Order: sequence, then structure tokens, then C-alpha cells
Amino acid sequence: MTADLILGIETSCDETAAAIVARGSDVMSSVVSSQIELHRRYGGVVPEVASRAHVELLMPVVAQAIVEAGVEDREIEAVAATHGPGLVGALLVGVSAAKAMSMVWDVPFVAINHLEAHLYAAFLEEPDLEMPLVILLVSGGHTMLIVMEGHLRYRVLGGTVDDAAGEAFDKVARYMNLGYPGGPVIDELATQGDPAAIRFPRAMANEGWDFSFSGVKTAVVNHVRKHPDADVGDVAASFQEAVIDVLVDKARDAAREVGAKGLCLAGGVAANSRLREKTLDVCAADGYRAFLPSRAMCTDNAAMVAAAAWWRLQVDGPSPLDIGADPSLRLPIVG
Amino acid sequence: MLILGIESATARVGCAIGSLEGVLASAHSSRGRRHAEALAPQIKFIAEQAGVSLRELDAVAVDVGPGLYTGLRVGVTTALSIATTLRVPMIGVTSLDLLAFPAALTDRKIVAVVDARRAEVFHASYQPGPGGVQRISEPAVARPGDLVAAIEADGEPVLVVGDGAAAHVEVFRGAHVEVADESFAHPSAGSLVALASARAQREEFVPPDEIEPLYLRRPDAEAKWEAKAGT
Ligand SMILES: [Zn+2]
Repeated sequence: MTADLILGIETSCDETAAAIVARGSDVMSSVVSSQIELHRRYGGVVPEVASRAHVELLMPVVAQAIVEAGVEDREIEAVAATHGPGLVGALLVGVSAAKAMSMVWDVPFVAINHLEAHLYAAFLEEPDLEMPLVILLVSGGHTMLIVMEGHLRYRVLGGTVDDAAGEAFDKVARYMNLGYPGGPVIDELATQGDPAAIRFPRAMANEGWDFSFSGVKTAVVNHVRKHPDADVGDVAASFQEAVIDVLVDKARDAAREVGAKGLCLAGGVAANSRLREKTLDVCAADGYRAFLPSRAMCTDNAAMVAAAAWWRLQVDGPSPLDIGADPSLRLPIVG
Repeated sequence: MLILGIESATARVGCAIGSLEGVLASAHSSRGRRHAEALAPQIKFIAEQAGVSLRELDAVAVDVGPGLYTGLRVGVTTALSIATTLRVPMIGVTSLDLLAFPAALTDRKIVAVVDARRAEVFHASYQPGPGGVQRISEPAVARPGDLVAAIEADGEPVLVVGDGAAAHVEVFRGAHVEVADESFAHPSAGSLVALASARAQREEFVPPDEIEPLYLRRPDAEAKWEAKAGT
């Protein structure tokens, strides 16, 4: 089954988003209403606050996406929503809305895995990406190394055994009172520091494909406690360098091992400027393609949900209306 | 005036399609708290049973709570999405009004109580009368013991309806209190359509952007943060 024009909805965490995408790659509109300001004072996303905000924001965001795309309601051929992983109460808002709209318009409803959606963000800007492709998916909730062998066919090589990379940025930023969210703050501060000033540990550097970031977080806390006068820029740059070294080194090894045609970044942490720079460097050195989605496509958005839905619908058809949210949904592993 | 009613404030989830002439089709189910799984298929089912297309609806009514937060969000979002997509107006009714509505024949004062978890209940009081029931207090949250003490102090005979009574049955079963049976425990989507049809007759509609869940409690994090910030 195919549907050329898909309305995508994303409410898995703290972004309320809707988008209209044609044929899985042509983004006609992508509206993201971020709740960062609502959660800032708590230093992290509060599920109940996020769920309440999604109910309030979703319909206006959907209306804006339809208007910006310049399409009529009746031209929309499918409605897709993220159904996991994420915050269950937040996910249910998007899932309920997508089902309701699909019933009124009498078009398919498509439930999408948020992680799969992140993988498809790259294809929105580069529909002809060659596979096999190694994708480093790094966000506040996830850190995964994935080999994509074909559309909807991927292998998860490894993931984090404790904190996600983005979570480590948030926790370090919170400990150092740098603000929320931690990623952009540390990215900015690091430009004024020396990444070689402090040698923080690179956990599990040569041990398989898994990651661990709780050690480096603890090392930063200990260092700051012992050296309260340490230069904030140096600490931020050195911490960031330790995290990014491990991420890029493993992604590089994986690309070599599977004979990848390219290395691609996905997820919110992919907006980090040092990660982008280092990924470009290793790809240039090793002679394959680096693909860095724009910052807007790295962070949570609904265009990637609609893109994944375009592929999913062709293979699996519509999702049943009795599907719920699955907060711990995993990536379907094929091949 | 064809109205779809959606209600999911308690452990039960239901929907009905009807008008002033009566309910054409309705469905209710209780599968624990799995509102999101049950609601959409139920709406599809009742539309088929009633022989109407959702596109024929003139308005969407919804139980705005108080009740289970996740259930409310599923019901309110579904109702909002249908109404917005169809560009039809909405009617919001509280879960407590829906609970009191079928008890209109009693000669006692009615207290509707919905289980609010955390050893609390949502409640409101009603006076039965010839035209139905009249709400005489605003929806509020209270400890069951405090609510019963207030009822006792009042001295009037009272009929208690809603799942909040079943959850705290020992507390409620007092001298002046009659606890209604299980058939009065949950709001009914049929009552919602009946109440909403009467309001629609009087053109008491609201646009979808004025409909929101009635939580009656702030998020814990917000309350804690404000306590800490000393405001
Ligand atoms: Zn994400």
C-alpha cells in the first residue's frame, strides 16, 4: 500500500510536532513546538507537564502543518504517529489524535517506532543515500550504533549500558549549574576551552560496540569537586571530547567492519558541533561519505515520522486501531 | 443534530452516537486502564452500528473529567481531533455531572465522587429536581474522610454515586449516606449524549480550543518546585 501525502505526528517526549511529507522525502511542512521553556526550571523533562502540554498544543500544531504545506485535508492519504519508545502519557496524545483523524478522513493510520523515524531523518535530506550505512543515533534517551543494509533492514550493533550520551551532557551541565538542556550549553562553552586540558576516561573504548557514559560523568563530578577553580570551558571541552572520541571511534570501526558506503548521524546530540566536525574528519580520512542531517532534522520532528511511515506502509500496511503506546519499544531488528 | 459522545474519565471507556431523540448506538468497555487501545475501535464500531459516517456528525461531546489523567487525555485528544478535523463545535461535560445525571429520581441530595487515587476523591454535590439534577458545588478534590465528615455535619440524607464510593466504601457507608450500586459507578456515554443534546438545543457549544481536561490538581513537580522556590 502506498500513500503519497502523509501527515506525521510526534509527541514522544517534549516536542509537539506535525509535518506533511510527500513520497517519504519531500517535506512540505514541518512544525515543531518545543516545550524546553516549560521544563527548564525542573532541569529535565517532567512527564506530567509534557503530557498536559501536548494535549494543548497538538491540534494547533497540526493545523499549522496543514496550512504551511498548502494542502487540503482530503489530499492527506495517511496519518502516522510515534507510538514508542518515549513517555507513555505523551505518546498516547499523538497516537489518539492520529487514530481519530485517520477515522474521520477514512485513511490508514500508521504507528511508527521513534528510533526508526530518527533513522529516516537522513533520507529526508538525502533520499539517495547508499547502503550499507552506519548510523550513530545519539540523543537524550538513546545511544545506538546501527547498520542499515536496506530500507527497513537494519542491525543494532550496540548501545549504551547506562546513560545515553545526551543524558550525560544534561547531568554534567546540571551538576555544574550550566543550565538546561545541557547539550547546547556544553557545546558552546567547549569552544572556549581546551579539549586536552583534562584527560577524562574513555569507557569501553576497545570493548565491542557498547557504550558507557556514567563513568565519565562521575569523573567530571570528582574533578570539579577536587578542583573547584577549574576553568569551566576546559572541563566542558574535555568532557565533550571524551564522549565524542568514543562515539566516533566506534562508529568508524563499525563502518570499516561492515564496508559501509557512509556514516550518518541521527538524534539530538547529532547537532553537537564537535561531533559533526569529527565525523567529517574521519569520513574524509577513510574515504566514505559523511552524512550530517541539518540540526532541525536531528532533533525530534514529525517529518521523520511521516518519512518512516511512507516505507512502513508499503511493507506492513496500516496499523490496527487498537494499538497503544509502548514506552519501551525497541527497534525491529531484521537481518 | 447528530452528536458523538466520548467518555474515558474512569477505568471504563465509552462512546455513543445519538441526538435529542435518543442514542443510536453506544459501547463501553473496561480493560483496566487501557483507554487508548479500546477507544478508536469502539468509535468505529458504534458508527457502523448506528449506520452513520463520522462525517455526518454535527458536534462532539466529551467528558472533560475530573478523573484518570491518562484516560482523560486519550478521550479529550480523540474528541478534539475529531471535532477539529470535521470543523464542528464541541460540548464539554464533567464526569461528576454525568454520574449524577442518571440518579435524578432520588429524593436525596446527590454527591458524585470519582476515585482520584492517592487516597483522595474528586467530588461535587447535586440537588435532584423536576428537570434533572442541579449542581450545587464546584468540582473539587478531597480526602474521603473529610468529605464524609462534611456530609455528616450537613445532616441531610445523601446518595453517593461514582467509583470513588466503591474505592472507599467503609468510609462512605455512614448514617446519612446511601451508596448507590455498581450501575452508578461510572459515567455513561449515553448520558453524555443526552446531556450534550440538551445543551446543543440551547446552542451551548464551545470551539475545540476551549476544551481542556479538568485536572483539579497541578503536576507534582510544579507544586514541589513552587514550595522550594518559596512562592
Ligand atoms: Zn528522539
